[in-house]
Amino acid sequence: MYAYDEIDRTLVNERVSEFRDQVQRRLSGELTEDEFKMLRLQNGVYLQLHAYMFRVAIPYGTLASNQLRALAHVARKYDRGYGHFTTRQNIQFNWIKLSDLPDALADLAEVGIHAMQTSGNNMRNVTSDQWAGVAPGEIEDPRIWSELIRQHTTLHPEFSFLPRKFKIAITASDHDRAAIKVHDIGLRLIKNEKGETGFEVLVGGGLGRTPFIGKTIKHFVHGRDLLSYIEAILRVYNQYGRRDNIYKARIKILVHELGIEKFSREVEEEWQQIRYSSLQIDDEVIEDIRSRFIYPAYEKLPHMPDELRQAAADPDFEAWRKNSVAAHKNPGYSIVTISLKPIGAPPGDATAEQMDALADLADKYSFGELRVGHEQNLALPHVAKRDLPALWKALDKLGLATPNVNLITDIIACPGLDYCSLANARSIPIAQELTRRFANHELANLIGRLHINISGCINACGHHHVGHIGILGVEKNGEEVYQITIGGRADESAALGNLIGPGVKFDEVADVVEDIVEAYLALRERPEELFVDTVKRLGVEPFKERVYATR
Amino acid sequence: MTSPLQQKIKIAGPSIVTANRTWDGIVVYRTGSKGWSAELADAAIVRNSDEAKALLAEAVADDVGAIGPYIAPVQLGDDGKIEPGNLREQIRKAGVTIELPAQG
Repeated sequence: MYAYDEIDRTLVNERVSEFRDQVQRRLSGELTEDEFKMLRLQNGVYLQLHAYMFRVAIPYGTLASNQLRALAHVARKYDRGYGHFTTRQNIQFNWIKLSDLPDALADLAEVGIHAMQTSGNNMRNVTSDQWAGVAPGEIEDPRIWSELIRQHTTLHPEFSFLPRKFKIAITASDHDRAAIKVHDIGLRLIKNEKGETGFEVLVGGGLGRTPFIGKTIKHFVHGRDLLSYIEAILRVYNQYGRRDNIYKARIKILVHELGIEKFSREVEEEWQQIRYSSLQIDDEVIEDIRSRFIYPAYEKLPHMPDELRQAAADPDFEAWRKNSVAAHKNPGYSIVTISLKPIGAPPGDATAEQMDALADLADKYSFGELRVGHEQNLALPHVAKRDLPALWKALDKLGLATPNVNLITDIIACPGLDYCSLANARSIPIAQELTRRFANHELANLIGRLHINISGCINACGHHHVGHIGILGVEKNGEEVYQITIGGRADESAALGNLIGPGVKFDEVADVVEDIVEAYLALRERPEELFVDTVKRLGVEPFKERVYATR
Repeated sequence: MTSPLQQKIKIAGPSIVTANRTWDGIVVYRTGSKGWSAELADAAIVRNSDEAKALLAEAVADDVGAIGPYIAPVQLGDDGKIEPGNLREQIRKAGVTIELPAQG
C-alpha cells in the first residue's frame, strides 16, 4: 500500500470543501449548468440516463480494505447498494444525487480516496498492472512511477485543459496486463545495458471511434527523465492537438496525421529544452515514493503446504485454483483473482455486502490489500498458499468464486444503454445471455482462454476492438444491432479485431458467438491453440462462413 | 457546444420535452403548467416544430429545475396514454432492463 502524506490529505480535503461550495451554488441557481458542468466533471460527476454517475479513482488499482469499506458505505448510504468496477481501475456509482455528492466525497476523503482525474479533458487516473509489486519477474514495482506521474499531473494547470482526455498505463512485466498499447501513452519498464531503469515509451494508442495500436516513440527513456519526456509529449499535443473537432482531438489522431517520425522529432525538440530542468527527477524523490509503498512482512512458507495438497482432491477447488490463482514473487504466496463475473450477472458489479466481506477477507488473508484490474475483476495480492482452500470456501459463500477468470464468461462490458447517455445499444444483457450460454464450466474450460469485450457504442468503453471476440452495439432504424469482430487482443501482442460481416440483432448475438466458438473448436490444431491464435492462423473467412452460411 | 435552442428542431410525430432533475438527476418531463413531473403521463405533448421549440425554450430557461432538456418522440395510445417512442426513452422511463445486483 502507498502511505499518503499531509500534502495529499490536505489536497483531497480542500477539494471536497471546494466542491461542496460549487454544488451549493449550483443548487441555489448561482451557477448555471453550463458553468457547473466542467466543475462537476473534474470531480468525477457525469449525468447518465437515470441519474448522476459518480466515478471514483483507484490509482494504479491498489485499494486498502478500509478504502473498500468506504466504497461499500457510499454504495449503501448514497446509492443503491452496489458499485461498478470499470475498465480503467475506477469504480462508478450509478444512482447518486447531486445534493449528496459532497458528503459522499467527504466520506471517501477520510480514507484518502477521491474522484480527481476520473473525467474531463485532463490527465486521467494512471493505470497499471493489477499484479504490480507481486508478479514474478517484474523489473520493479510500476506503481512507484505511476505515483510519480499522479503527483506531478494532479491539478497541473498545463494538463487540466488538454484538447481531450489523456490516459497513461504502465507495465513492468513481459506479459502486459495493463493494455499499454491502447493508451495515449503506454510505458513499459525496462533495464538498459547498464542495468539502469527506464521506459520504452509508446504513444498514440487508443480505441473509440478511430482505434490505433500505440507506436514506440522512444526505445529507452531513463527513469530520471520520465516526467520531462511525458511533458514534452503533452506539450506537443497541447500545441497541435485538434480542439475544433472532438472526434479528432485525441493524441492518436495527431500522431497518425503527423506520422510517428515527425511527431517524435517535435517531441525530441521540446524535450531537449526541458530535459535538464527541474523536471529531472532526483533519486531521492523516487526513493521517497518507493519508501511510501509498504510491502507486507511475508513469512517463509512452503511452496506446497499440506492444506493445498489436501484441497487438490476437490475438483471444484481445483477448477477455481486453476483459473483464479497465479504465481507470486514469493513462492509461499499466491495472487488470487476474484471474478466479478458470476453467471447471469452484470460484469464488474459488486454489492456493498460483497465489498465489506471482501475487505474482511483482505484483512484476514491478504495483509489488508486488494487490487482492481482493467478486466473488471478484483484481486487479493498476497494470499499464503496454505490459506487458499479457506479463502475459496469464503468466496464461494459470497458468490465470488466463479471459476471463470480468463474464460469465455469472464466478459468485459461497458454499462451500455441501460445506464449510459452515450450508448446506442445495451451491453449488459448481451453479456448476461452469453454467460448463461457458456455456463457449463467444462465447456468453458474446453474452449480455454477467450476474451469477449462488449461496448454499447463506438466510444468503446468495453474495449471491443481488442476483444478476442468484440461486440459493438449500434442503433439502426431504431433497433439495436451488433457488429462482431474477432482476433483482437489487448496484451503485449495487441491487435485490433476484424469485422466478420453484417451486424446482427440483439436476439441473435449469443447464437452467433456460439457459431464462432463451434467453428474454433473444429478448426483449432490442438487444444492448446487459443482462439485468438486460430483466428490469426486462418483469418476471418472460416468463421464468417460458419456464421453467415445459414443467416 | 451548441445550445439545444440553436439546433434545428424537426419532429416527425407527437413529442415531449424531457430532462434530468438538477438536485437528484432523476428523469423528468416538462408539463403543460410550466413545471416538471417524474411521470410521463403528465408530459405536455407537442405536435409541430413551433410547439416543440416553445416548450424546449421554456424548459431550457428553467436551468435550476432540470438539466439537459431535449425533445423526445412518444407514441399515443387510443386512450391517450403516452408511451416512449424509442428504446432509450423506454429505458429512461421504466429503468434498466436488468435485475439490479442489490436486488438479486
